[in-house]
Amino acid sequence: MIWNRWNLVAVAIFLLVVFVVVPWLIQVSGRWDFYYTLTSVALLSIGSAGVWLTFYIGRINIGQGAYALAGGYVSAILVTEYGVSFWLTIPLAGLFCAALSVLIGLPILRLRGVYFAMVTLVLTEVARLSALALPITRGAKGIVSIPLPGGISVFGLTIIPDFSTLENVKLAFYYLAVILMVICFAGMYRLVNSRIGHLCRSLQQNEELASSIGVNIAYLRIIAYSISSFLGGIAGAIFVAISQSIYPSSFQVADSINFMLNCFLGGLGYVFGPMLGTLVLYFGWDLLFQTGKYQLLIYSTLLIFLMVVLPNGLLSIRWPSARKVKP
Amino acid sequence: MEQIIANGLYLGAQYALIALGLTLIFALMNVLNFAHGQMYVLGGFVTYTIYAQLGMPFVAGLLASAVTLAVVGAIVEKFLFRPVIKRSLREESTMLLAAGIAFFLDAVILLAFGEKQRGVPKIIHGVLNWDFRIIMPYDRILIGALAIAVIATFILYMQYSKTGRAMRALAQDRVAAQLMGVDVNRYSMIGFALGAMLAGIVGGLLVTITGVNLGMGGPTSIKAFMMVMIGGAGVISGAIVGGFILGMMESIGLTVLSQYGDITYLVIFVTLMVFLSFRPQGLMGKPWG
Repeated sequence: MIWNRWNLVAVAIFLLVVFVVVPWLIQVSGRWDFYYTLTSVALLSIGSAGVWLTFYIGRINIGQGAYALAGGYVSAILVTEYGVSFWLTIPLAGLFCAALSVLIGLPILRLRGVYFAMVTLVLTEVARLSALALPITRGAKGIVSIPLPGGISVFGLTIIPDFSTLENVKLAFYYLAVILMVICFAGMYRLVNSRIGHLCRSLQQNEELASSIGVNIAYLRIIAYSISSFLGGIAGAIFVAISQSIYPSSFQVADSINFMLNCFLGGLGYVFGPMLGTLVLYFGWDLLFQTGKYQLLIYSTLLIFLMVVLPNGLLSIRWPSARKVKP
Repeated sequence: MEQIIANGLYLGAQYALIALGLTLIFALMNVLNFAHGQMYVLGGFVTYTIYAQLGMPFVAGLLASAVTLAVVGAIVEKFLFRPVIKRSLREESTMLLAAGIAFFLDAVILLAFGEKQRGVPKIIHGVLNWDFRIIMPYDRILIGALAIAVIATFILYMQYSKTGRAMRALAQDRVAAQLMGVDVNRYSMIGFALGAMLAGIVGGLLVTITGVNLGMGGPTSIKAFMMVMIGGAGVISGAIVGGFILGMMESIGLTVLSQYGDITYLVIFVTLMVFLSFRPQGLMGKPWG
């Protein structure tokens, strides 16, 4: 990891844009609805970052929707049934998903290629059907009217204000999502450039060879998959807090596929690919809303076109400036 | 008991036909065709238009479905999959393309046919009643028989025709087939068209019984994936076995588990996961196909 000056400048510009410029632009233009869009983009990109990590070990993961759903339900049930603080349920949801993914991952991570892809796709459907069948998730009615996140104060000092007393909840959620996104991608960048990251790359290239050199491939696969699911669970938990409700159909197969598409579109070889991919896909979909019934047609045509022109992702365009961030 | 087996055979014949197309495309091009369910829906709508709207005979509708989907499949392969496969660094990139095509077909179907559930008039009336042991409408029996006939034709075609031989060679080893003088591009296109055509034929057959609507595409794809996983990806016989196994499981599950609510598919999914952890390549697949 070489931290040259340009990288620092790029990171500084990025932070300035998300924390200062975007809120200011929204304030000026009065498009408050963009907060919701951008919050969703930030959260979805956290989930996509997880999917990207499984791509990094050479597995196609179309099951992130299952973990987002599980994380959402864990958070919703803990908040409504047991009165746990929302802030505590975020890591709990993540840890629950990570533990779940270890259990599921132990058998299915032995699969490769399309087999793993298809199993994870089926997993999404299993999650939806389980949510319908289990009594604790209240079936198709879902869990509704979940309270907004409460405040946190240490020694009388308010660190996070109670969201229900804020006059601009959208802004608060935006900051929450963006802060988590920045932490998540900083962590991913660190992870990918660490020893574990290099070992993961060896898995992507040739598992047998890596194993023969002495890399513990089973252990690495589980680690990567559980981190991936942890991120999915966190994203799901916060989504539930924003919409204040969760249904078995909150995350379904289409969402799982979208998580995967975000990674593809951004480019599988780049840590920040999922972020860009999510932004383009979600924003593009949102902007096309005005085209009414032709929305899906235009969207899918653009998607196909992008794929034909840039099969290796958006970040594979060779940018002349230093904004090109290579892992 | 006889009723369950009869239902299972009928469902299995349909399912096997869907899985055949998917597995053929996978075997030839290593592409997981996410748009398979949408192709099936499109086939259903074409038959609906010809048979119910225009009042032409059912067979004409079925043929129109087959031809339309074969053309769509050929175009998709030639102009979309071929260039992307050639240029992308990782072969998984085709999945994005396939998903994009699935969205595109969804949009086209929505614009052209609307989102309502469509049904067609029955092709034959009457119900077979064998001592109250098997009760089955005649049209279901006919559709099941037609499906089995199509499967048999397909197998014979793959086994004995020159095209079929070329495609089997291609599925076994692409490079070796090319070295032996098989025109890879041509037979990939024919294979994709054939796979899409099978999806269209099933759509046309099933529209007479279940009708057709826009939302059927995704769930159909998932079922097809499951059948392919049971039998083993890219293996023709595996797809047929997988289709019949899933049909049987669904038929048995709907009868035995109905008292516990709608959990048949949950049970099937979980069984599949357990099965795959013991036999990752499916019943007949090559290891790490």
